Amino acid sequence: MTRMNLLQAVNQALDLAMARDERVVCFGEDVGHFGGVFRATSGLQDKYGKHRCFNTPLTEQGIIGFANGMAARGFKPVAEIQFADYIYPAFDQIVNETAKFRYRSGNQFDVGGLVIRTPYGGGIAGGHYHSQSPEAYFVHTAGLRVLVPRDPAQARGLLLAAIECPDPVLFFEPKRLYRAAVGEVDEGDDPLPLDRAEVVQEGSDITLLAWGAQMEVLQKAAELAGQQNISCEIIDLRSLLPWDVETVIGSVMKTGRLLVNHEAPLTGGMAGEIAATVQEHCFLHLESPIARVCGLDTPYPLALEKEYMADHLKTFEAIVRTVNF
Amino acid sequence: MTNPNNAGSGTIHQARFVDPRGPAIATLRLLRDDGRLYADARDPGLDRDTALAMHRSMVFIRLLDERMLAAQRQGRISFYLQSLGEEAEAVASAAALDPADMIMAQYREQGALHYRGFTLEQFMNQLFSNERDLGKGRQMPVHYGSKALNFMTISSPLATQIPQAAGYAYAQRLAGEAALTLCYFGEGAASEGDFHAGLNMAAVLRAPVIFFCRNNGYAISTPASEQFLGDGIASRAAGYGISAIRVDGADALAVYEATRLARARIMDQPQPILIEAISYRLGAHSSSDDPSGYRSREEEEHWRRRDPLARFRLWLQHQGWLDDAEDNRETDRLRQQILAALKQAEPLPKPPLESLISDVYASPPVRLEQQLAALREQVLRYPEHYVATAGRLKK
Repeated sequence: MTRMNLLQAVNQALDLAMARDERVVCFGEDVGHFGGVFRATSGLQDKYGKHRCFNTPLTEQGIIGFANGMAARGFKPVAEIQFADYIYPAFDQIVNETAKFRYRSGNQFDVGGLVIRTPYGGGIAGGHYHSQSPEAYFVHTAGLRVLVPRDPAQARGLLLAAIECPDPVLFFEPKRLYRAAVGEVDEGDDPLPLDRAEVVQEGSDITLLAWGAQMEVLQKAAELAGQQNISCEIIDLRSLLPWDVETVIGSVMKTGRLLVNHEAPLTGGMAGEIAATVQEHCFLHLESPIARVCGLDTPYPLALEKEYMADHLKTFEAIVRTVNF
Repeated sequence: MTNPNNAGSGTIHQARFVDPRGPAIATLRLLRDDGRLYADARDPGLDRDTALAMHRSMVFIRLLDERMLAAQRQGRISFYLQSLGEEAEAVASAAALDPADMIMAQYREQGALHYRGFTLEQFMNQLFSNERDLGKGRQMPVHYGSKALNFMTISSPLATQIPQAAGYAYAQRLAGEAALTLCYFGEGAASEGDFHAGLNMAAVLRAPVIFFCRNNGYAISTPASEQFLGDGIASRAAGYGISAIRVDGADALAVYEATRLARARIMDQPQPILIEAISYRLGAHSSSDDPSGYRSREEEEHWRRRDPLARFRLWLQHQGWLDDAEDNRETDRLRQQILAALKQAEPLPKPPLESLISDVYASPPVRLEQQLAALREQVLRYPEHYVATAGRLKK
């Protein structure tokens, strides 16, 4: 076991994957010698050479198009988009190309080796374009896998799994936890399983569901609720597409209540999909409406970031309302 | 390459703007209209078998186009795209490649696929999206692909294959393959951001790729004059630090020669090269388009006289390689074969219901399996409404 932060865990996973498999290649803006603006690819160029870890011109559609091409040739490109806010120029390549590559060719060609890493989420005074959580746009796209880790051990295990996975993966890294989340990482660990949620804490009164950086928020809210004798079951979804319907349903059947929390705006967010699915399967077991604690339906603001965020206090209030419904 | 940020570009002390209206890039043409080489042209040394194979592929595509456009008009297939007037571009460029080279196409390059060995039955199965289609009937007609022939499956979004070709070629280089990628696209697609992204990335990362632009004058109804103001597409290459050549797209020999030389240069030194072939889209954009609304008969007639098949045929005759009578018999035979293949492919069953959910992922997630199970029940409940699949489902 080694203690490290989330960035170090990402870096170590990349290092390990590159050492194991020559087909793993890392690239993106400032990823090369500099090691990335967050240092996630630090040291990789020195170790594996300029041909396997390199800078690209500043073009997101080019980065993902290039990555699609490399993956189609059987390589395992790990492409970095500097901020998730800047993934939209590559939206067409991801949605129309990456996601449909295997299907449209009748499995003659695929880009299953592709992983797109990108820092997401707010809480760092990033304003409109350094704070977004665009996962819901991609969850609507068949053919992609969408993963979000919450801590260093998960980041390492899920990233290794993503690189090995035969499907293209979008890997959203919670940048506000890059250095803040420090934990023990078992370096002998196998890759973590994909599309499996994790029950982080067992409880009996309400199920709390989130992913990535918001898991901290759930923990804090659950502690406050605990002081009021409300027992919270906490689930980390981990994989947003495909997502683990069974684990979530199993929990809600037991607790009879569900709260979903995410940073992204409410309308059209992933919580809507989860709420609809859970009410379909757990209709007779639900004792209160499903609560969604999310970002506001506004662009991500700068000065009023604290007010905007789906924080632990908003979550705590929603827990109390739901339990007392 | 000069990087102005690192000096070396000199300075001036009176403002002077660079004039974009320099002399236009000249067009490589080897064959005269009468099928003879220009006096100062170098014979590319095309051998007889290759030349005849090129000729047969061009004839094949013309006949297939003719028959299948008619089939679309009869409502037998949903959609079609002809290559009329551009047959030489795809066929002659493919002939200059190695079979190991990857081809990434836009959608008007079926000649390259035929030259590679895609069979008449394979063309038909894709066009009718029946259960034998390599793409499992999922894409619109003319969206061909063949792993065995190194021909990447075509997709509708324009220019997306351009940066992909750069990445594929870069991977070929990393893998130590003695092969490159050739990427086709039209002059309209070259206006997409992916053109810019792909060429710049290929240049900076030294990807062994031939970018082959078919400049046929129109993107659906939009004439090239409303597509760009510069000297076509070839002039852009210099800005990316890429070598370029412009060729007469109706001159199969010139297309062959330009592609052959580009390939040799790239194999010698990994780099991208841009070829712009000038031609004319003689047919409609697609079966859903009628060009009479946006261009004149006279213009079409002018270009009809520059038929790539006719010119190459004359050259073959001058070479003494073409037996006219035998060639005509073969063309008649091919016409019959196409008709027979059409009749064979048309009634074949559609792909099975399960093919709806396979290949979305390497293996279907639970939720997709559940959706298929529900759909299966639905089809069994209303078999007369879902005729393509109902009869094949076991209760």
